[in-house]
Amino acid sequence: MPSLGADMDEGTVIEWLVKPGDTVARGDVVAVVDTSKAAVDVECFDSGVIEDILVQPGKAVPVGTPLATIGTADGATAKPVPVKPAAPAPAAPSAPAPSPKPRPPVAGPLVRKQAAELGVDLTGVRGTGRGGAITRADVQRAARPRTVTESPPRAKVTPYARRLAKELGVDLAQVVARDGIVRAADVRAVKPVPQAGKPAAPVVDRTATTRQATAKLMARSKREIPHYYLSTTIDMSVALARLAELNRDLPVERRVLPVAPLLRACARAAEKVPQLNGFWNSEGFEPGEVVRLGMAVSLRGGGLIVPVIANATDLGPVEMMDRVRDLVTRARSGRLRGSELTEATITVTNLGDRGVESVFGVIHPPQVALVGVGKVLERPWAVDGLLGVRPVVTVTLSADHRATDGHTGARYLEIVEKLLTTPEEP
Amino acid sequence: MTPDEAREMIQAALLTVAPDAELGDVAPDADLREELDLDSIDFQAYAAELSKRSGLPVTEDDQRKLTTLAAGVTFLSRAS
Repeated sequence: MPSLGADMDEGTVIEWLVKPGDTVARGDVVAVVDTSKAAVDVECFDSGVIEDILVQPGKAVPVGTPLATIGTADGATAKPVPVKPAAPAPAAPSAPAPSPKPRPPVAGPLVRKQAAELGVDLTGVRGTGRGGAITRADVQRAARPRTVTESPPRAKVTPYARRLAKELGVDLAQVVARDGIVRAADVRAVKPVPQAGKPAAPVVDRTATTRQATAKLMARSKREIPHYYLSTTIDMSVALARLAELNRDLPVERRVLPVAPLLRACARAAEKVPQLNGFWNSEGFEPGEVVRLGMAVSLRGGGLIVPVIANATDLGPVEMMDRVRDLVTRARSGRLRGSELTEATITVTNLGDRGVESVFGVIHPPQVALVGVGKVLERPWAVDGLLGVRPVVTVTLSADHRATDGHTGARYLEIVEKLLTTPEEP
Repeated sequence: MTPDEAREMIQAALLTVAPDAELGDVAPDADLREELDLDSIDFQAYAAELSKRSGLPVTEDDQRKLTTLAAGVTFLSRAS
Protein backbone atom coordinates (compact mmCIF):
# COMPACT_ATOMS: atom_id res chain seq x y z
CA MET A 1 0.00 0.00 0.00
CA PRO A 2 1.76 3.14 -1.16
CA SER A 3 1.58 6.36 0.81
CA LEU A 4 -0.61 8.68 -1.22
CA GLY A 5 -0.04 11.84 0.73
CA ALA A 6 1.47 12.77 4.08
CA ASP A 7 -1.87 12.41 5.82
CA MET A 8 -2.49 8.80 4.78
CA ASP A 9 -2.04 5.95 7.30
CA GLU A 10 -4.02 3.23 5.62
CA GLY A 11 -5.90 2.54 2.42
CA THR A 12 -8.48 0.19 0.98
CA VAL A 13 -8.18 -1.51 -2.38
CA ILE A 14 -11.46 -0.78 -4.16
CA GLU A 15 -10.63 -2.98 -7.08
CA TRP A 16 -7.84 -4.73 -8.88
CA LEU A 17 -7.34 -3.97 -12.55
CA VAL A 18 -5.01 -6.96 -12.98
CA LYS A 19 -5.19 -10.63 -12.03
CA PRO A 20 -2.55 -13.31 -11.38
CA GLY A 21 -0.79 -14.17 -14.62
CA ASP A 22 -1.11 -10.69 -16.11
CA THR A 23 2.06 -9.07 -17.41
CA VAL A 24 2.61 -5.58 -16.02
CA ALA A 25 5.15 -2.85 -16.66
CA ARG A 26 6.47 -0.24 -14.25
CA GLY A 27 4.00 2.66 -14.22
CA ASP A 28 0.94 0.63 -15.24
CA VAL A 29 -2.18 1.34 -13.24
CA VAL A 30 -2.88 -1.91 -11.39
CA ALA A 31 -5.41 -1.05 -8.72
CA VAL A 32 -7.76 1.63 -7.47
CA VAL A 33 -7.17 2.52 -3.83
CA ASP A 34 -9.47 4.51 -1.60
CA THR A 35 -7.68 6.86 0.77
CA SER A 36 -9.75 8.79 3.24
CA LYS A 37 -10.04 11.52 0.62
CA ALA A 38 -10.37 10.05 -2.83
CA ALA A 39 -10.15 7.03 -5.07
CA VAL A 40 -6.66 6.96 -6.56
CA ASP A 41 -5.21 4.97 -9.44
CA VAL A 42 -2.18 3.14 -8.10
CA GLU A 43 0.73 2.37 -10.38
CA CYS A 44 3.01 -0.60 -10.31
CA PHE A 45 6.63 -0.05 -9.15
CA ASP A 46 8.09 -3.00 -11.06
CA SER A 47 7.73 -4.92 -14.28
CA GLY A 48 6.92 -8.63 -14.42
CA VAL A 49 4.03 -11.03 -14.04
CA ILE A 50 1.44 -10.73 -11.27
CA GLU A 51 1.78 -13.85 -9.12
CA ASP A 52 -0.47 -13.27 -6.17
CA ILE A 53 -3.01 -10.72 -5.07
CA LEU A 54 -2.36 -10.42 -1.31
CA VAL A 55 -4.96 -7.85 -0.30
CA GLN A 56 -8.54 -8.35 -1.37
CA PRO A 57 -10.83 -5.46 -2.27
CA GLY A 58 -12.65 -3.93 0.67
CA LYS A 59 -9.98 -4.56 3.30
CA ALA A 60 -8.23 -1.56 4.85
CA VAL A 61 -4.48 -2.12 5.33
CA PRO A 62 -1.70 0.10 6.70
CA VAL A 63 0.67 1.97 4.40
CA GLY A 64 3.60 -0.34 3.59
CA THR A 65 1.61 -3.56 3.41
CA PRO A 66 2.45 -5.55 0.26
CA LEU A 67 -0.61 -5.67 -2.00
CA ALA A 68 0.53 -8.25 -4.52
CA THR A 69 3.61 -10.12 -5.63
CA ILE A 70 5.22 -9.74 -9.01
CA GLY A 71 7.45 -12.43 -10.51
CA THR A 72 10.20 -11.75 -13.01
CA ALA A 73 9.84 -13.13 -16.48
CA ASP A 74 11.68 -16.37 -15.63
CA GLY A 75 9.42 -16.91 -12.66
CA ALA A 76 12.32 -17.28 -10.24
CA THR A 77 11.77 -14.44 -7.80
CA ALA A 78 8.68 -12.86 -6.44
CA LYS A 79 8.74 -9.24 -5.42
CA PRO A 80 6.10 -7.69 -3.26
CA VAL A 81 4.51 -4.63 -4.84
CA PRO A 82 3.86 -1.85 -4.15
CA VAL A 83 5.97 -1.90 -1.05
CA LYS A 84 7.98 0.32 1.20
CA PRO A 85 11.39 -0.91 2.31
CA ALA A 86 11.34 -3.06 5.46
CA ALA A 87 7.64 -3.77 5.27
CA PRO A 88 6.72 -6.90 7.20
CA ALA A 89 5.94 -10.03 5.22
CA PRO A 90 2.22 -10.43 4.75
CA ALA A 91 0.19 -13.33 6.03
CA ALA A 92 -0.89 -15.68 3.31
CA PRO A 93 -4.27 -14.70 1.94
CA SER A 94 -6.91 -16.84 3.57
CA ALA A 95 -9.42 -16.70 0.77
CA PRO A 96 -8.80 -17.50 -2.88
CA ALA A 97 -8.75 -14.46 -5.09
CA PRO A 98 -12.07 -13.77 -6.74
CA SER A 99 -11.52 -13.30 -10.44
CA PRO A 100 -11.09 -9.53 -10.62
CA LYS A 101 -12.95 -7.77 -13.36
CA PRO A 102 -10.42 -6.19 -15.70
CA ARG A 103 -11.08 -2.50 -16.05
CA PRO A 104 -9.18 -0.63 -18.70
CA PRO A 105 -7.72 2.81 -18.01
CA VAL A 106 -9.67 5.92 -18.95
CA ALA A 107 -9.50 6.10 -22.72
CA GLY A 108 -12.03 6.30 -25.50
CA PRO A 109 -11.39 2.98 -27.22
CA LEU A 110 -10.94 1.10 -23.95
CA VAL A 111 -14.07 2.56 -22.42
CA ARG A 112 -15.91 1.39 -25.51
CA LYS A 113 -14.39 -2.07 -25.14
CA GLN A 114 -15.52 -2.22 -21.51
CA ALA A 115 -18.98 -1.10 -22.50
CA ALA A 116 -19.10 -3.89 -25.06
CA GLU A 117 -18.03 -6.43 -22.43
CA LEU A 118 -20.66 -5.27 -20.00
CA GLY A 119 -23.33 -5.00 -22.66
CA VAL A 120 -23.78 -1.28 -22.09
CA ASP A 121 -25.13 0.86 -24.90
CA LEU A 122 -22.99 3.99 -24.79
CA THR A 123 -25.60 6.12 -26.50
CA GLY A 124 -27.67 5.90 -23.34
CA VAL A 125 -24.82 6.78 -20.95
CA ARG A 126 -24.45 10.31 -19.60
CA GLY A 127 -20.78 11.22 -19.43
CA THR A 128 -19.66 12.87 -16.22
CA GLY A 129 -16.12 13.67 -17.36
CA ARG A 130 -15.36 17.25 -18.25
CA GLY A 131 -16.85 18.00 -21.63
CA GLY A 132 -19.28 15.12 -21.19
CA ALA A 133 -16.66 12.43 -21.77
CA ILE A 134 -17.85 8.98 -20.75
CA THR A 135 -15.69 7.47 -18.05
CA ARG A 136 -15.38 3.90 -16.82
CA ALA A 137 -17.41 4.80 -13.78
CA ASP A 138 -20.20 5.98 -16.04
CA VAL A 139 -20.13 2.67 -17.91
CA GLN A 140 -20.14 0.71 -14.67
CA ARG A 141 -23.00 2.70 -13.27
CA ALA A 142 -24.93 2.09 -16.46
CA ALA A 143 -24.25 -1.64 -16.16
CA ARG A 144 -25.73 -1.77 -12.68
CA PRO A 145 -29.19 -1.29 -11.32
CA ARG A 146 -29.62 2.43 -10.81
CA THR A 147 -29.08 2.68 -7.11
CA VAL A 148 -26.14 3.71 -5.03
CA THR A 149 -26.39 0.85 -2.59
CA GLU A 150 -23.22 -0.78 -3.88
CA SER A 151 -19.75 0.65 -3.86
CA PRO A 152 -20.34 3.75 -1.77
CA PRO A 153 -16.88 5.21 -2.45
CA ARG A 154 -17.69 5.63 -6.13
CA ALA A 155 -21.24 6.93 -5.75
CA LYS A 156 -21.45 10.69 -6.02
CA VAL A 157 -23.69 12.61 -3.68
CA THR A 158 -23.80 16.35 -3.94
CA PRO A 159 -22.91 18.09 -0.67
CA TYR A 160 -26.28 19.80 -0.58
CA ALA A 161 -28.06 16.48 -1.07
CA ARG A 162 -25.98 14.97 1.72
CA ARG A 163 -26.93 17.76 4.11
CA LEU A 164 -30.56 17.49 3.11
CA ALA A 165 -30.52 13.74 3.60
CA LYS A 166 -29.13 14.25 7.09
CA GLU A 167 -31.74 16.85 7.93
CA LEU A 168 -34.62 14.79 6.60
CA GLY A 169 -33.32 11.55 8.04
CA VAL A 170 -33.11 9.95 4.62
CA ASP A 171 -30.80 6.95 4.24
CA LEU A 172 -28.66 7.77 1.20
CA ALA A 173 -28.51 4.07 0.32
CA GLN A 174 -32.24 4.24 -0.41
CA VAL A 175 -31.93 7.16 -2.79
CA VAL A 176 -32.23 6.42 -6.48
CA ALA A 177 -29.86 8.56 -8.52
CA ARG A 178 -31.19 9.37 -11.93
CA ASP A 179 -27.82 9.49 -13.60
CA GLY A 180 -25.33 8.34 -11.03
CA ILE A 181 -25.26 11.56 -9.04
CA VAL A 182 -27.55 11.89 -6.07
CA ARG A 183 -29.07 15.37 -6.06
CA ALA A 184 -31.34 17.14 -3.62
CA ALA A 185 -34.43 16.34 -5.69
CA ASP A 186 -33.58 12.63 -5.50
CA VAL A 187 -33.32 12.88 -1.73
CA ARG A 188 -36.65 14.68 -1.49
CA ALA A 189 -38.25 11.93 -3.58
CA VAL A 190 -37.51 9.40 -0.84
CA LYS A 191 -39.86 9.14 2.09
CA PRO A 192 -37.77 9.23 5.23
CA VAL A 193 -37.94 6.17 7.44
CA PRO A 194 -37.78 7.21 11.07
CA GLN A 195 -35.30 5.07 12.94
CA ALA A 196 -35.38 6.04 16.58
CA GLY A 197 -31.89 6.03 18.05
CA LYS A 198 -30.46 3.94 15.24
CA PRO A 199 -27.65 5.19 13.05
CA ALA A 200 -28.25 5.22 9.33
CA ALA A 201 -26.86 2.47 7.15
CA PRO A 202 -23.11 2.78 6.76
CA VAL A 203 -22.45 5.23 3.96
CA VAL A 204 -18.88 6.36 3.48
CA ASP A 205 -18.94 9.97 4.58
CA ARG A 206 -16.05 11.39 2.62
CA THR A 207 -16.45 14.77 4.28
CA ALA A 208 -15.85 13.30 7.73
CA THR A 209 -12.90 11.11 6.77
CA THR A 210 -11.23 13.90 4.82
CA ARG A 211 -11.70 16.18 7.81
CA GLN A 212 -10.02 13.63 10.07
CA ALA A 213 -7.05 13.16 7.75
CA THR A 214 -6.54 16.91 7.50
CA ALA A 215 -7.00 17.33 11.25
CA LYS A 216 -4.31 14.76 12.01
CA LEU A 217 -1.73 16.20 9.61
CA MET A 218 -2.30 19.82 10.59
CA ALA A 219 -2.19 19.02 14.32
CA ARG A 220 1.10 17.21 13.78
CA SER A 221 2.46 20.18 11.84
CA LYS A 222 1.59 22.69 14.53
CA ARG A 223 2.86 20.36 17.26
CA GLU A 224 6.23 19.70 15.64
CA ILE A 225 7.04 22.62 13.37
CA PRO A 226 8.05 26.02 14.73
CA HIS A 227 6.56 28.14 11.95
CA TYR A 228 7.70 31.61 11.02
CA TYR A 229 5.71 33.81 8.66
CA LEU A 230 6.65 36.42 6.06
CA SER A 231 4.56 38.42 3.66
CA THR A 232 5.08 40.65 0.66
CA THR A 233 2.80 42.45 -1.79
CA ILE A 234 3.73 42.25 -5.45
CA ASP A 235 2.76 44.43 -8.41
CA MET A 236 1.19 42.10 -10.98
CA SER A 237 0.79 44.54 -13.87
CA VAL A 238 3.76 43.18 -15.82
CA ALA A 239 2.72 39.55 -15.36
CA LEU A 240 -0.93 40.24 -16.24
CA ALA A 241 -0.02 42.26 -19.33
CA ARG A 242 2.05 39.31 -20.50
CA LEU A 243 -0.92 36.99 -19.89
CA ALA A 244 -3.33 39.20 -21.82
CA GLU A 245 -0.93 39.02 -24.75
CA LEU A 246 -0.67 35.24 -24.51
CA ASN A 247 -4.43 34.79 -24.13
CA ARG A 248 -5.36 36.77 -27.21
CA ASP A 249 -4.45 33.79 -29.36
CA LEU A 250 -5.84 31.09 -27.10
CA PRO A 251 -9.37 29.64 -27.04
CA VAL A 252 -11.26 30.22 -23.80
CA GLU A 253 -10.64 26.68 -22.50
CA ARG A 254 -6.86 27.11 -22.72
CA ARG A 255 -6.48 30.69 -21.50
CA VAL A 256 -3.87 31.21 -18.85
CA LEU A 257 -5.16 32.41 -15.48
CA PRO A 258 -2.99 34.39 -13.01
CA VAL A 259 -2.46 31.21 -10.97
CA ALA A 260 -0.07 29.88 -13.64
CA PRO A 261 2.58 32.64 -13.52
CA LEU A 262 2.23 32.71 -9.73
CA LEU A 263 2.88 28.96 -9.42
CA ARG A 264 5.76 29.20 -11.89
CA ALA A 265 7.38 31.95 -9.87
CA CYS A 266 6.93 29.96 -6.64
CA ALA A 267 8.53 26.89 -8.21
CA ARG A 268 11.44 28.72 -9.79
CA ALA A 269 12.16 30.61 -6.60
CA ALA A 270 12.21 27.29 -4.72
CA GLU A 271 14.86 26.08 -7.14
CA LYS A 272 16.96 29.15 -6.34
CA VAL A 273 16.49 28.76 -2.58
CA PRO A 274 16.96 25.01 -2.12
CA GLN A 275 16.91 25.34 1.69
CA LEU A 276 13.11 25.68 1.44
CA ASN A 277 12.60 22.86 -1.05
CA GLY A 278 12.72 19.44 0.60
CA PHE A 279 12.00 17.52 3.78
CA TRP A 280 12.76 17.67 7.48
CA ASN A 281 13.47 14.20 8.85
CA SER A 282 15.30 12.68 11.82
CA GLU A 283 18.66 13.49 10.21
CA GLY A 284 17.75 17.14 9.69
CA PHE A 285 17.03 18.81 6.37
CA GLU A 286 17.12 16.77 3.19
CA PRO A 287 16.90 18.90 0.03
CA GLY A 288 14.61 17.77 -2.79
CA GLU A 289 16.35 16.75 -6.01
CA VAL A 290 13.91 18.77 -8.12
CA VAL A 291 10.99 21.04 -7.34
CA ARG A 292 7.82 18.99 -6.98
CA LEU A 293 5.24 21.67 -6.36
CA GLY A 294 2.26 20.62 -4.25
CA MET A 295 -0.89 22.56 -5.04
CA ALA A 296 -3.66 22.63 -2.46
CA VAL A 297 -6.98 22.02 -4.22
CA SER A 298 -10.22 22.47 -2.35
CA LEU A 299 -12.82 19.82 -3.04
CA ARG A 300 -16.44 20.71 -3.65
CA GLY A 301 -18.21 19.98 -0.41
CA GLY A 302 -15.14 20.50 1.75
CA GLY A 303 -11.66 19.16 2.26
CA LEU A 304 -8.33 19.55 0.57
CA ILE A 305 -6.28 17.38 -1.71
CA VAL A 306 -2.73 18.22 -2.76
CA PRO A 307 -1.74 16.99 -6.21
CA VAL A 308 1.86 17.50 -7.25
CA ILE A 309 3.24 19.32 -10.29
CA ALA A 310 6.40 17.39 -11.10
CA ASN A 311 9.29 19.33 -12.67
CA ALA A 312 7.34 22.51 -12.08
CA THR A 313 10.35 24.63 -13.01
CA ASP A 314 10.41 23.36 -16.60
CA LEU A 315 6.89 24.41 -17.58
CA GLY A 316 6.03 27.52 -19.59
CA PRO A 317 2.92 29.48 -18.61
CA VAL A 318 0.57 27.73 -21.05
CA GLU A 319 1.92 24.29 -20.12
CA MET A 320 1.65 25.15 -16.44
CA MET A 321 -1.96 26.23 -16.88
CA ASP A 322 -2.81 23.04 -18.79
CA ARG A 323 -1.21 20.97 -16.04
CA VAL A 324 -3.01 22.85 -13.26
CA ARG A 325 -6.36 22.61 -15.03
CA ASP A 326 -5.89 18.89 -15.60
CA LEU A 327 -4.86 18.18 -12.00
CA VAL A 328 -7.63 20.28 -10.47
CA THR A 329 -10.27 18.70 -12.68
CA ARG A 330 -9.10 15.19 -11.91
CA ALA A 331 -8.61 15.91 -8.21
CA ARG A 332 -12.25 16.95 -8.02
CA SER A 333 -13.54 14.03 -10.06
CA GLY A 334 -11.46 11.55 -8.04
CA ARG A 335 -9.16 10.41 -10.82
CA LEU A 336 -5.61 11.10 -9.73
CA ARG A 337 -2.73 8.69 -10.00
CA GLY A 338 -0.76 7.68 -6.95
CA SER A 339 2.42 9.26 -8.29
CA GLU A 340 0.57 12.57 -8.59
CA LEU A 341 -0.03 12.70 -4.85
CA THR A 342 3.38 11.91 -3.45
CA GLU A 343 6.59 13.64 -2.50
CA ALA A 344 5.78 17.30 -2.91
CA THR A 345 8.90 19.24 -1.92
CA ILE A 346 7.05 22.53 -1.25
CA THR A 347 3.35 23.40 -1.33
CA VAL A 348 1.39 26.41 -2.55
CA THR A 349 -2.08 27.32 -1.37
CA ASN A 350 -3.95 29.67 -3.63
CA LEU A 351 -6.84 30.82 -1.48
CA GLY A 352 -6.84 34.12 -3.32
CA ASP A 353 -8.97 32.38 -5.85
CA ARG A 354 -11.67 32.32 -3.18
CA GLY A 355 -11.38 36.00 -2.49
CA VAL A 356 -9.06 36.48 0.47
CA GLU A 357 -6.30 39.02 0.33
CA SER A 358 -3.66 36.94 2.06
CA VAL A 359 -3.29 33.45 3.52
CA PHE A 360 -0.74 32.21 6.06
CA GLY A 361 -0.79 28.45 5.68
CA VAL A 362 0.21 25.48 7.80
CA ILE A 363 3.23 23.55 6.53
CA HIS A 364 2.59 19.99 5.30
CA PRO A 365 5.16 17.84 7.09
CA PRO A 366 7.74 16.64 6.25
CA GLN A 367 8.04 19.69 3.99
CA VAL A 368 9.60 22.84 5.40
CA ALA A 369 7.71 25.60 3.60
CA LEU A 370 4.28 26.57 2.39
CA VAL A 371 3.56 29.52 0.12
CA GLY A 372 0.24 31.35 0.35
CA VAL A 373 -1.09 33.28 -2.63
CA GLY A 374 -3.89 35.80 -2.11
CA LYS A 375 -6.33 37.45 -4.46
CA VAL A 376 -5.12 39.76 -7.21
CA LEU A 377 -6.66 43.13 -6.28
CA GLU A 378 -6.52 46.64 -7.67
CA ARG A 379 -4.83 48.88 -5.12
CA PRO A 380 -3.29 52.34 -4.98
CA TRP A 381 0.41 51.82 -5.62
CA ALA A 382 3.31 54.23 -5.68
CA VAL A 383 5.72 53.96 -8.61
CA ASP A 384 8.56 56.45 -9.09
CA GLY A 385 6.96 58.94 -6.70
CA LEU A 386 3.57 58.79 -8.42
CA LEU A 387 0.43 57.15 -7.15
CA GLY A 388 -1.43 54.86 -9.54
CA VAL A 389 -3.81 51.93 -9.44
CA ARG A 390 -2.16 48.57 -9.98
CA PRO A 391 -3.21 44.92 -9.71
CA VAL A 392 -1.32 43.55 -6.72
CA VAL A 393 -1.13 40.19 -4.95
CA THR A 394 0.03 39.31 -1.46
CA VAL A 395 2.34 36.29 -1.36
CA THR A 396 3.22 34.83 2.02
CA LEU A 397 5.67 32.23 3.23
CA SER A 398 5.23 29.92 6.20
CA ALA A 399 8.54 28.21 6.88
CA ASP A 400 10.04 25.77 9.36
CA HIS A 401 12.40 27.62 11.67
CA ARG A 402 14.31 24.40 12.34
CA ALA A 403 15.35 24.31 8.68
CA THR A 404 15.76 28.00 7.83
CA ASP A 405 15.82 31.47 9.29
CA GLY A 406 13.75 34.44 8.26
CA HIS A 407 16.58 35.79 6.15
CA THR A 408 16.36 32.79 3.81
CA GLY A 409 12.58 33.08 3.68
CA ALA A 410 12.85 36.76 2.82
CA ARG A 411 15.21 35.94 -0.02
CA TYR A 412 12.66 33.48 -1.37
CA LEU A 413 9.88 36.08 -1.46
CA GLU A 414 12.23 38.61 -3.06
CA ILE A 415 12.95 36.16 -5.86
CA VAL A 416 9.23 35.44 -6.36
CA GLU A 417 8.67 39.18 -6.69
CA LYS A 418 11.56 39.61 -9.10
CA LEU A 419 10.31 36.78 -11.31
CA LEU A 420 6.81 38.26 -11.47
CA THR A 421 7.84 41.86 -12.08
CA THR A 422 10.64 41.40 -14.60
CA PRO A 423 9.32 41.91 -18.14
CA GLU A 424 11.34 39.01 -19.57
CA GLU A 425 9.88 36.66 -17.03
CA PRO A 426 6.34 35.53 -17.81
CA MET B 1 -32.03 32.74 -28.61
CA THR B 2 -34.89 33.46 -26.21
CA PRO B 3 -34.16 34.27 -22.55
CA ASP B 4 -35.67 30.92 -21.53
CA GLU B 5 -33.44 29.03 -23.93
CA ALA B 6 -30.48 31.03 -22.68
CA ARG B 7 -31.24 30.21 -19.04
CA GLU B 8 -31.55 26.53 -19.92
CA MET B 9 -28.18 26.58 -21.66
CA ILE B 10 -26.56 28.41 -18.73
CA GLN B 11 -27.97 25.90 -16.28
CA ALA B 12 -26.69 22.96 -18.34
CA ALA B 13 -23.24 24.57 -18.65
CA LEU B 14 -23.05 25.27 -14.91
CA LEU B 15 -24.03 21.72 -14.05
CA THR B 16 -20.95 20.42 -15.88
CA VAL B 17 -18.68 22.30 -13.45
CA ALA B 18 -20.88 22.30 -10.32
CA PRO B 19 -23.04 19.18 -10.39
CA ASP B 20 -24.78 20.30 -7.18
CA ALA B 21 -25.76 23.75 -8.46
CA GLU B 22 -29.28 24.78 -7.44
CA LEU B 23 -29.92 27.67 -9.76
CA GLY B 24 -33.46 28.23 -8.55
CA ASP B 25 -32.03 29.98 -5.50
CA VAL B 26 -29.62 32.24 -7.40
CA ALA B 27 -30.68 35.85 -8.05
CA PRO B 28 -30.14 37.11 -11.63
CA ASP B 29 -27.58 39.68 -10.51
CA ALA B 30 -25.78 37.54 -7.94
CA ASP B 31 -22.15 36.62 -8.59
CA LEU B 32 -22.18 32.99 -9.72
CA ARG B 33 -18.67 32.41 -8.41
CA GLU B 34 -19.77 33.29 -4.90
CA GLU B 35 -23.20 31.67 -5.04
CA LEU B 36 -21.96 28.38 -6.44
CA ASP B 37 -18.47 28.44 -4.93
CA LEU B 38 -16.65 28.40 -8.27
CA ASP B 39 -12.94 29.07 -8.47
CA SER B 40 -11.26 30.60 -11.51
CA ILE B 41 -10.69 27.21 -13.10
CA ASP B 42 -14.35 26.21 -12.65
CA PHE B 43 -15.41 29.56 -14.06
CA GLN B 44 -13.16 29.20 -17.08
CA ALA B 45 -14.64 25.74 -17.71
CA TYR B 46 -18.14 27.25 -17.49
CA ALA B 47 -17.26 29.97 -20.01
CA ALA B 48 -15.74 27.36 -22.32
CA GLU B 49 -18.84 25.18 -22.04
CA LEU B 50 -21.08 28.15 -22.84
CA SER B 51 -18.95 28.98 -25.86
CA LYS B 52 -19.11 25.38 -27.07
CA ARG B 53 -22.87 25.07 -26.64
CA SER B 54 -23.74 28.43 -28.19
CA GLY B 55 -21.09 28.50 -30.90
CA LEU B 56 -20.20 32.05 -29.78
CA PRO B 57 -16.57 33.00 -29.21
CA VAL B 58 -15.91 34.16 -25.65
CA THR B 59 -13.22 36.82 -25.43
CA GLU B 60 -11.40 37.59 -22.18
CA ASP B 61 -13.61 40.65 -21.78
CA ASP B 62 -16.75 38.55 -22.30
CA GLN B 63 -15.48 36.05 -19.76
CA ARG B 64 -15.05 38.78 -17.14
CA LYS B 65 -18.63 39.89 -17.75
CA LEU B 66 -20.24 36.45 -17.54
CA THR B 67 -20.32 36.43 -13.77
CA THR B 68 -24.10 36.66 -13.32
CA LEU B 69 -27.08 34.80 -14.75
CA ALA B 70 -28.42 38.04 -16.23
CA ALA B 71 -25.10 38.73 -17.96
CA GLY B 72 -25.12 35.20 -19.34
CA VAL B 73 -28.60 35.68 -20.80
CA THR B 74 -27.55 38.98 -22.39
CA PHE B 75 -24.45 37.38 -23.85
CA LEU B 76 -26.36 34.43 -25.31
CA SER B 77 -29.04 36.67 -26.81
CA ARG B 78 -26.40 37.53 -29.43
CA ALA B 79 -26.72 33.99 -30.73
CA SER B 80 -29.20 33.54 -33.55
